[in-house]
Amino acid sequence: MSERLPKPTSLWEYANPRRFMALSGFLLPFVAVGTAVALLIGLTWGFFFTPDDYRQGSTVKIIYIHVPSAMVAINAWMMMLVASLIWLIRRHHVSALAAKAAAPVGATMTLIALATGAIWGQPMWGTWWAWDPRLTSFLVLFLFYLGYMALWAAIDNDDTAAELTSVLCIVGSVFAVLSRYALAFWNQGLHQGASVLRAGAVTGDTEERVSNIFAVPLFISMAGFVGFFILLLLVRTRTEVRARRMKALQARERMS
Amino acid sequence: MALLKRDLALSVRAGGGFGLALAFFLIVVTLTPFAVGPNSATLATIAAGILWLGALLSCLLSLDRILALDFEDGSLELLATAPIPLEGVATLKAFAHWLTTGLPLTLAAPLLGVLLHLPAEGFFWLTLSLAIGTPALSVIGTFGAALTVGLKRGGLLLSLIVLPLYVPTLIFGAEVARRGTQGMPADTPLALLAGITLATVALLPFASAAAIRINLR
Amino acid sequence: MMPELGKYAAEVLSAYAVTIALMVALLLISLRHSARTRRALRDVEAARKNRSGKGSATDG
Repeated sequence: MSERLPKPTSLWEYANPRRFMALSGFLLPFVAVGTAVALLIGLTWGFFFTPDDYRQGSTVKIIYIHVPSAMVAINAWMMMLVASLIWLIRRHHVSALAAKAAAPVGATMTLIALATGAIWGQPMWGTWWAWDPRLTSFLVLFLFYLGYMALWAAIDNDDTAAELTSVLCIVGSVFAVLSRYALAFWNQGLHQGASVLRAGAVTGDTEERVSNIFAVPLFISMAGFVGFFILLLLVRTRTEVRARRMKALQARERMS
Repeated sequence: MALLKRDLALSVRAGGGFGLALAFFLIVVTLTPFAVGPNSATLATIAAGILWLGALLSCLLSLDRILALDFEDGSLELLATAPIPLEGVATLKAFAHWLTTGLPLTLAAPLLGVLLHLPAEGFFWLTLSLAIGTPALSVIGTFGAALTVGLKRGGLLLSLIVLPLYVPTLIFGAEVARRGTQGMPADTPLALLAGITLATVALLPFASAAAIRINLR
Repeated sequence: MMPELGKYAAEVLSAYAVTIALMVALLLISLRHSARTRRALRDVEAARKNRSGKGSATDG
C-alpha cells in the first residue's frame, strides 16, 4: 500500500476491496505461521505421541484428520451461505469473491473427510462404505459443492455469476438440511454420533466420549485445519480480487 | 391462463418433452432387467425404487426446455414486464412442465410396474407418491432451469445442480412406494413428501423468479 | 521415531498420506494461481502507467 487510508469506522469498511487487500496482506503471514504451527503440533502429537485405543487400535489416530476436515467441510458451506447473504443484501464484492474462493477448499475438505472415513471404516466396520446417513449426507454435500463450482465456472459475466451462485447457495443450504433429515429418516447409521463437542464429551463419562488424551491434540489439530481454511480463503480471495481488478482495467482500456 | 395454454401447445408440438420423457421412462424400465437379471423376485423388490428413479430421470430430460425457448425468442423478457409477476410465471411454467411430464409419468408408472413385477399392494402407493412428489420435481427443475437459462450448453450443468436438490423428494417418495409395497404403514413419509411438495411450490418460485431477473439483466 | 502402529499401519498411514497430499495439492494450486494473477495484474498496471503517465497503481 503506497497511500494511507483513513481509519475505518465500521466493520463493513473491510468489504472495500482496497481495505480488504491491505488487511488480508497484513494478516496473511500471521495466519500462515499460526496454521503451520498448529497443524504441525496437532498432527505430530496425534500421530506420534498418543496411545492406541483399546478397541480401535492405532486407527484412532485417523481422528486427528477425519474430524477436523469434516468440521471445516460443513463450516465452509456455512461461511459461503453467510457470504452469499451479505453479497445479496449489502452488495459487497469481496463477499461474493470470498464465497467463490471458499468452495474448492470446502470440497477438498469434504473429500478428505470421505476418504479418511472410508479408510477408517474398512477395519472398524468391515466395509469401505455404508449408506449411513452421516456418510451419505457428506456425499450429498460434496455434490452441492460440485454444482456450485460448476455454476461459477460456467457463467462468463462475473456479476451474474455472483448473483446466481448466491441464490443457489441459499436454496442449496435449505435442501442440504432437508437432505440431512431425510437421510436420517431413511436409514439408521453405523456412524457414532457427534461425540467430540457434546457437553459430556471431554469431561463426562459417557460410553462414546473422546477422552482427554485424545482431546487435546484433536483440538489443536482442529485449530490447524480452521487456520488452513482461513489461510487458503485469504489467498484465494486475494487472487479473485486481483483478477477482478485486472478485468476491470482491461475493460477500461478497451473503452478508451 | 393463455400462457399456460401456450406452454402446453409448445411442449406438445415442437418436439417438446412430452413424448420424449415417456419414451425415456419406458426405455429405463426395459433396460433394468437386462442389468439386474430377469429373476422376477429380484425385480419385484427393486421395482418401486427403479420406477421412482426412472420417473425422476425422465423428468430431468425436459427441464432445459422449460425456459430456454422463451429466452431465445425474447418472450421471456416480455413476460418479465407483463402485468403478472414473474413469480407467477415461474409457477405457471412449472405447472405446465408437470402437466406434460409429471402427470403422464405418474399415469404410465403403474403400467410399467407390471413389467417389473411390482407387487399388487404397491400400485396404489407408487401412483400416489408419484402424484404427490412429481410437482416438487417440476418446481425444483424450474429453479434449475432459471439458474442456467442464459448459458449456451446448460443441459449438463442443469442436471448437476438439480440432482442434489432432488435428494429429499426421492428419498421420501421412494420410501412411500417401498413401504407401501411391503405392506408397511407409509403415512409418515407420505406426509413428509407432501410437506416438501407444498413448501417447494410455495417458496421456490420466488428464487426462480429472482434467478430469471438476474439472467435477463 | 516411527510409532508402533500394529496391524492397522497401512490404514493409518494411507489416511494421513491422502490428507496431506490433498491439502498440499490445494495449497500449491492456490499459491500458483495467486502468483500468476499477481504477475498478470502487475503487467497490466505497468502497461497502463506507461501509456497514461499519471495513472497510479494502487495495490497489488
